Parts: sequence; structure tokens; C-alpha cells
Amino acid sequence: MPYIAATESDRAAMLERIGAASVEELFDDVPARVRFPSLDLPPPLSELEAMREVEALAAKNLSASSSAWFLGAGAYYRFIPAVVPALATRAEFLTSYTPYQPEVSQGTLQAIFEYQSMAAALLGVDVVNASHYDGATALAEALLMAYNAAGAAGGRPRALLCADLHPECKAVVRSYLSAFPIEVEELALGPEEAALKADQSTFCVVAPYPGFSGELGDLAAAAEAAHAAGALLVVHADPIMCGLLKSPGELGADIVAAEGQSLGSPLSFGGPYLGMLGARSALVRKMPGRLVGQARDGAGRRGFVLTLTAREQHIRREKAVSNICSNQGLAMLQACVYLAAMGEAGMRAVARLSYDKAHYAASLIAGIPGYSVATGSFFDEFTVRTPVGAEALAAGLCRRGIVPGLPLSRYYPERDRELLVCVTEMCTRPQIEELARALGEAAA
Amino acid sequence: MNLVEEPLLFELSSPGRTCVSLPEGDVPPAPLPAGLERGSIGLPEVDELSLVRHFTRLSQKNFCIDTEFYPLGSCTMKYNPKVNEQAAALSGWRNAHPLAGEEFSQGALELICSLQAMLCEIGGFAAGSLQPAAGAQGELAGALVIRAYHDSRGDGRRRVVLVPDSAHGTNPATCTMAGFQARTIPSDAEGGVDLGALASALDDTIAGLMITNPNTLGLFDRNIEEIARRVHEAGGLVYGDGANLNALAGVLRPAEVGIDVMHYNLHKTFSTPHGGGGPGGCFVGVRPDLADFLPGPIAVRKGESFGLAMPPRSIGRLKAFYGNFGILVRAYVYLRMLGSGGLRRVAETAVLNANYLKALIEGTYAVKYPRRCMHEFVAQGGLAEGVHTLDVAKRLIDYGFHPPTIYFPLIVPEALMIEPTETEAKETLDAFAAALLAIAEEARTRPELLAAAPTTTPVGRLDEVAAARSPLLCYRG
Amino acid sequence: MKIDPASRYRASHEYARKEGAEIVVGISDHAQEALGDIVFVEMLEVGKTVAQGEAIGVVESVKAASDIYAPMSGVVAAVNAALMDDPALVNKDPFGAGWLLRLKPSDPSQWDGLLDAEGYRKACEKE
Repeated sequence: MPYIAATESDRAAMLERIGAASVEELFDDVPARVRFPSLDLPPPLSELEAMREVEALAAKNLSASSSAWFLGAGAYYRFIPAVVPALATRAEFLTSYTPYQPEVSQGTLQAIFEYQSMAAALLGVDVVNASHYDGATALAEALLMAYNAAGAAGGRPRALLCADLHPECKAVVRSYLSAFPIEVEELALGPEEAALKADQSTFCVVAPYPGFSGELGDLAAAAEAAHAAGALLVVHADPIMCGLLKSPGELGADIVAAEGQSLGSPLSFGGPYLGMLGARSALVRKMPGRLVGQARDGAGRRGFVLTLTAREQHIRREKAVSNICSNQGLAMLQACVYLAAMGEAGMRAVARLSYDKAHYAASLIAGIPGYSVATGSFFDEFTVRTPVGAEALAAGLCRRGIVPGLPLSRYYPERDRELLVCVTEMCTRPQIEELARALGEAAA
Repeated sequence: MNLVEEPLLFELSSPGRTCVSLPEGDVPPAPLPAGLERGSIGLPEVDELSLVRHFTRLSQKNFCIDTEFYPLGSCTMKYNPKVNEQAAALSGWRNAHPLAGEEFSQGALELICSLQAMLCEIGGFAAGSLQPAAGAQGELAGALVIRAYHDSRGDGRRRVVLVPDSAHGTNPATCTMAGFQARTIPSDAEGGVDLGALASALDDTIAGLMITNPNTLGLFDRNIEEIARRVHEAGGLVYGDGANLNALAGVLRPAEVGIDVMHYNLHKTFSTPHGGGGPGGCFVGVRPDLADFLPGPIAVRKGESFGLAMPPRSIGRLKAFYGNFGILVRAYVYLRMLGSGGLRRVAETAVLNANYLKALIEGTYAVKYPRRCMHEFVAQGGLAEGVHTLDVAKRLIDYGFHPPTIYFPLIVPEALMIEPTETEAKETLDAFAAALLAIAEEARTRPELLAAAPTTTPVGRLDEVAAARSPLLCYRG
Repeated sequence: MKIDPASRYRASHEYARKEGAEIVVGISDHAQEALGDIVFVEMLEVGKTVAQGEAIGVVESVKAASDIYAPMSGVVAAVNAALMDDPALVNKDPFGAGWLLRLKPSDPSQWDGLLDAEGYRKACEKE
């Protein structure tokens, strides 16, 4: 029996101390009719057999490392330095609990404080929380935060959403806001044009940076327009891009959400990822999620604690800003080590490599007859218009060991001749040139 | 434990130090968009050895399951098996892109499908989703499913959810997020839901009842079938908070006592690691007529292969992609190794251990509801004048134990909620009880030891009031 | 437990004290003690109209957050700005320097319906 230390004689001794005749007796309160059901589960495996079983399953998945990989669309194949898993998966971090007893959790608490500090610097905001479930839920919570700050009391029920946000982000926002008296209006406009539509009934404008199509909008102009109408600017950002281009905070965003998977978490079939959420300091008391602050003990020693907990569900209960309890501890720690390992120079370098390689790929593809690049200004992802159906095109290239990107028809069925191509630091020049060659051959 | 103050990364930083090792660019540099180039980012610059020493030393300031007993009530701090970690780290999972396409993701989809099926079987549910990222999100899913169900039947005026006064804070917070009003139901003298109060509260504005069974007092509510029957009779649904499933998996299938929708915490009952606060993993199971409303997409069998499908009247997506897959792998391996017999043994041993520990200390620490408990119990730590549960908790640290959950549930003053779990040996329970009894003696004869505790940690009690009054949430250089 | 004889009270521990044409509102000594060290106070803005029993703000400590309800209907005339920098005033001097806000009451007869000092003392003892 795995993981259980109690022997027969232990059990007997414990039962005697309790004053029960059998273990079954301990369940006398459970209605007899339904007690001890027979469960139809597969028979138990030994560790050896279990590993064999799961290895067989894992082998049935396509691994990004086995192909030339140009697929992003919200989950990115990036370089993870060896120090990240080596440090983040240490048992003292991995098997510890939420740091409710700060004296025995200073490791976790200081790491969270360092993450908060580095993430705030990266996103250009005053404060970042200890994380949300992922970028999409962070964005949903950002909207709720904006609503609490600028909408609920002030008679502003409208949120304007740029259509070029990731489709899954938009879907999650709608699910999360479904029970609130909030009108979410999606506009097929760039950030600046969308913000110009804000009026006194708008509590926030939500803009991507960059868009799902790859397009970089004018965030500074969007901030100005939103603020002029008394609305907040909420931005969903790419954190790697913030290593090379101006941060959303610097450009005027009030609240910034981001998907932090690119910062040291593997693709892992979509999770666990990292929701990053940051804001200007004036909004901190409306911010959901855990926050770590610096403190001193009786001897004057510096330490770290969970703070501003009155916002949270265990105190405010039905009046809490959000129901969130956990954070993405391990994923956050991976991001912390990643940001520290990359540092000032490394973050810029990763972003630079991605930017340059993506622009090289775009220039090659733009030169192929029948193809065009639809995105004007972009970071490391851009939309390509294909001369033949993109779904079949991609499937053909996959069989040749090249995953060329995401056919947009996956989310937008009518856009069947568009491919979202992502180029990160993992792609080499020969792979990029092979991609261009393969695309050309497929159209011929 | 490492008692030496560890500087912040920013304090270890020196311009020009790097760890990173990236290849040189191999393509022509592209011009940046005008006016958008970033100046300095503000990140630290450290060398690799300093980085490694920093995080290693930080890790040594933590208690963790691998080193200390962690009897946190309601958290189920059982051993996190290493084989689960090995399984989750396989490169077939690490490098699996969620949008690679069904054809290229058969292994992952099969795993999710199998896990869904096993978890349904354990609870007696007809269908379920593994998309929610954590218990609180699972609760939100459940609450939104209940809302969608009533709305679909034209019963939109049902906007009140009943929540026991012993409930975890996420329950009422979830009600608010799902557009419900949470109304509190008191507990009776036995620690269960007060049937009289329930009867008075049930009317046609009630969408349902959220119940945790065993409840947060560690007690099995013997009236569960009657409670469920009455809620159903009044037209409501019963939501089960599965945080305490460790007492019942293999012993009782919640659907068979009237639970209509329930979430399980994979990071509690199913052994996935707590990671210093997350990530969690969550399953939401439902009775047959609620399956259409589940959040999605969910993994489904398509003939011989596996795919993804959105339930026809789904409440929508609750997060991007399909769930915390890396966590699902760990839970899957755990269940494949346990089987049904193993699960039952887990519940039996968890309940045995808790009752044993209770027997060892209840002479000295008041246990408000002295009935047989399930996998956890609530004692009271107010030992003497001026000695509070907080002091007992801090003193336990000096004895080498992580404190139990304190000041929860709210209905017990000076609460000390203790959950040993099944993975602890009898010797550990004996040592923990001995420490608690020693502390009780100290409270009588040398209370200053409790007030000063802990003294064996890198910091003593921190001034949380000052930290909250003038929050410093970021390094300021 | 200090109870100001000149004030009137709600069972939810807010006090109201007449000062000229206005009412000074705060939380009682009993309330501040139960909350523990106050870390943050958030009140409605000057100029807002409130009905009796409506939430007018929140007082937070490390372990709890307490909603504050208007003892009488009226318009918010002033908010205690000193609490931004020193929320501990609510603990140290709840009836004096730790006042929360001042109201211009719209229905002075509501004063009679509030608990007097003795009535409040009895209500606290029952708790």
C-alpha cells in the first residue's frame, strides 16, 4: 500500500486508544445503504508499471522539440535555463504550503516579494500580486478590479474590448463577468480607435499589447483617450516583449494583465501557467489575489508577510474582491528564477532574438508568390495570408517536421487562409529558411 | 533551518553580471518601431552561482512536507510522491503545445479523459470537467452551472444560495462572483446544518445549498440525505465542496447522498504538491442533467481516439486551454497506483489517524464537538488566561512542527484545526501529541515561552500591523 | 469598555454624536477592541447622500474587515483625513480623534430610534 506507514499492529494500538473495535466502526455516521461502495477503477499499478503507462501516453504527443516550431498563439516554446527547474522544484519550495505562518515560510515569502518586484519593473507598474491562474483569468480579474474601482459606484457599466485580444481571453472574460451588471462591448478596432469610443458610461478600455494577430497598437494614445473619458486602461501584455519595447505601465496603462508562461514555464499542454496582474499603487486595495509585503520582527530583523489580507475571501467572505484563494506558486517561482537568471541583459537579448528572427521570417515569407504578411507592426508573431487553405497547408508541413503556426480558422472559421506564425529564440535561421521554402513548395 | 538573513536579489546585483547563455543572433537585426524602444528594465544582474546560492538558501528557510509534519486542517498535507514529479516532467508533456491539434495530442487527451472518468466514478457523477485551475475556480464553475440550470428552466428568480456558518470563505465569495446572494445557515449543537433553520430558509428564491461534508469541524453531517432531500423538494440544487474528500473517497460516493455538483481539490485528496501556494488542480463533477452546462472544452472519446468538445450549453471557458495539465498528470499517476482499494485505505487511515490524535490530546485541549471525527478535528487553544491559539501555534514551531490551521472555522473560538492525513506514521502522531501536551504544561508554568515563540526561526513574529498600514510591496532601490 | 454617554448607537457598534447641525459618526470602543489594530479606513466621499443603515465605509484590521453603516440618513459633510496616515487613531481615541465622518442629517427624528448609552451597554452584554 503506497505512502501509508500504519501497520496492522499500529492500527490495533490506535483503535484501542480510540476505543473502537474496528476501522469500519469509525464510519458509522455514514448511511449504511451507501457505505463502502465498490468502485470500478483500474487495478492498482506498481511504480514501475505506472511510469511505463504514463511514458506510453506521453510518447503519443507531438513534442515541440522534435519539429521546427512556429506555433505560439498564447503558449510559447521558449528557452528555459537549467537553473529554473533545478531551483524551483526543490522540495522545500514544492512541498511547502501557502505561507500563512511567515516565520517558517520566509523562503517562499521572499521569493514572492522578489517576483512582485521584478514583475512590476518589467510591466512598468507600481505593484504586482503573487499571481493568478493564467493570463486570461488575470485579465478577467483586471476587469473586475477596474469595475470595483471605477464602475460599480460611479454609474459606468460599460467595458470596451478590442477584438484583437486572444479569443480564449475574451471567452474567459465573458464567463467571469456573466453574473455582473457589466456590458462588455467588443470593437473591431485598434487600441487607440477603441479608446476614442469611451464615454461617461465606460469604466474601462481593454487593449492587447500585442494583439492576437500580432499587431502592435498605439497604447499611449489609447491611454490618453481612455483617461480623457474618465475610463481606466486595462492592458493584456506579452511579458517577453516588455524586455525590448516600452512597458504598458510606461505607456499609461492603469492595470496590466499578462500570461507569464514564457517566463520559465514549459508548454505542458496548456497548464499550469502564470497569471500576472499589476496596477498603479492607487488601485492596490482593489487588487485581488495574494500580496507579500516587507515587515520587521521584534528584534528589527527584516522579513516578509502576506499583507492587505482584508481584501481576500477568508476575511471578507461574500464581500471579497474575488473568491481566489491559491496562487500559481510553482509557476510564479519559475518566473522569479527565470527573471533573475535572465536579468537586465538576458531579457533584452531574448526579446531581441525573437524580434529579429520573426522579422527575418516575415521578410522571407512576404517574398513568396501568393503569400503576404498582414500585420504591420509586430513583436515576434505575425499573420500570414496564404494562397491555399491554411489548415491543410499546416497539416502537410507538420508531416515534414515543420509546425508552421496556427491556422486562424481554429478560432475564426471564416478566416481560412490566414496563419499566425510565431518565431522565438528557439528557431534557427536554417529552420526559418526551410519554413519559407516549404511554404513556397506547398503553394506551387 | 537557515537562520541567516538572505539579501534580496537586487541587493546582490552588480552591473555587468549575467547568468544567461543564449546564442548569438543569426539573422539581420530589424529596426524597432519608432519611439517604442525600452530604456532600462530595472531587473537585477547576478551571476549563476550567486543565483543558485540565493534560492537554495531561501529554500532552507521553509518548512515543507518533506521535512516537517504539517497538520493543517482543511489542507490535506499528505506526502507528494516523487514518481508524480517524474511523470509530469516527461518531455512528451513538457513540450506539448495545447494548440498542436487533436491528432498530435492523443496522449494528453487520453490522460485527461481517463482521469475525468476515474474522478466521476469516485464521486458517482455522470460527467465532469478538469478545466478549473483550483478549488475556488471549481466552486465558481459549480455556482455558474447551478445558475445556468435554473435560468434554462425559466427559474431566474432563484438567486439566493444557503451557506453554513462553518463554511470556508471561498464559498460566500464565490456566490457573489456568480451573482448570488449568500445567506448563512447556522450549525446545530451537533455541529451539523441546523435542520430547523434550513427548513425556514428554503423557499422559491433559493438556488441551492453549498455544503462541505465532512464539514470544517471534521464532522460527518448525519442528516446529509435529509438535507439534500429538503433542498431538492424546494427546487434547489446541492453543491458539495470537496475539500474534505480525503475522509470519504472509496467510502461514500457523494452523488449517492444527493450531491448534484461537486468540486474536488486535486492538490488535497489527490496528492499533487502545494508548491508554496499553488498551482492547484480541480475537478467539477455533476449529475447527468447538468452535464451540458459544464465549463469547457472537456476531453471526450471520439470512437477509437480522443478529442475536445464544448458542452452544448456550457457556462463557457474559465481559463485558457484545458486545465492545469501538469497537475492532472500527477493526480493520474497517483490514482493509477492506488486503485479503489488504495483509496479506501487512504480514507480509513486518514480517519483513524485523526481520531487517534484527538484521543491523545482531548483531555488537555478542549474539543468542542467531542463526537467521533472524520479526517480532521477542531480543538481549542485558549489554554489559560492570556494564552491564545496563536501562541500555541508559534510554540509548536519551536518543537519542529508546522502549526495546524488556526482561527478557522469561525464558529469555534480559539480554533485549532488538526488534520494529520494518512501518510503519517504513528510515531509522528505520538510526537506531535507530546509536543502539544508539553506546550499546555508550559502555558501553565512558563507562559513566557509561548509569548516569545518562535525563537528557532530566521525571524520572530513580524509586525503585520505596520506592514498593512504602510505596505511595501516592491523593492525600492 | 468605554461608552460615551452623549452618543447614541446602532447595535452594529457605530455611534452618532450631535455637534451643532451635524452628526459625528465613528465606531465604539468595543468595536475597535474586537477588530484589533486598525490598518486602513475607507469612507464615502464628501457630498454623498446616504440612507440610514446603508454602508458608508469599511474599517480594516489585519484579521477582519468591518462594514460601517450610517446611523442616520443624510449627506456626508466631512471625512477624517487624519486616518489616512494614522488609522491607529480609531483604536486610541474612537470617540474623539478617531472619528470617521460627519453627516448633515436629513431626518433628525431618527436620533430617537437609536440606542442610548445604557441600551447599547445592554446590547453588548448580550453578545
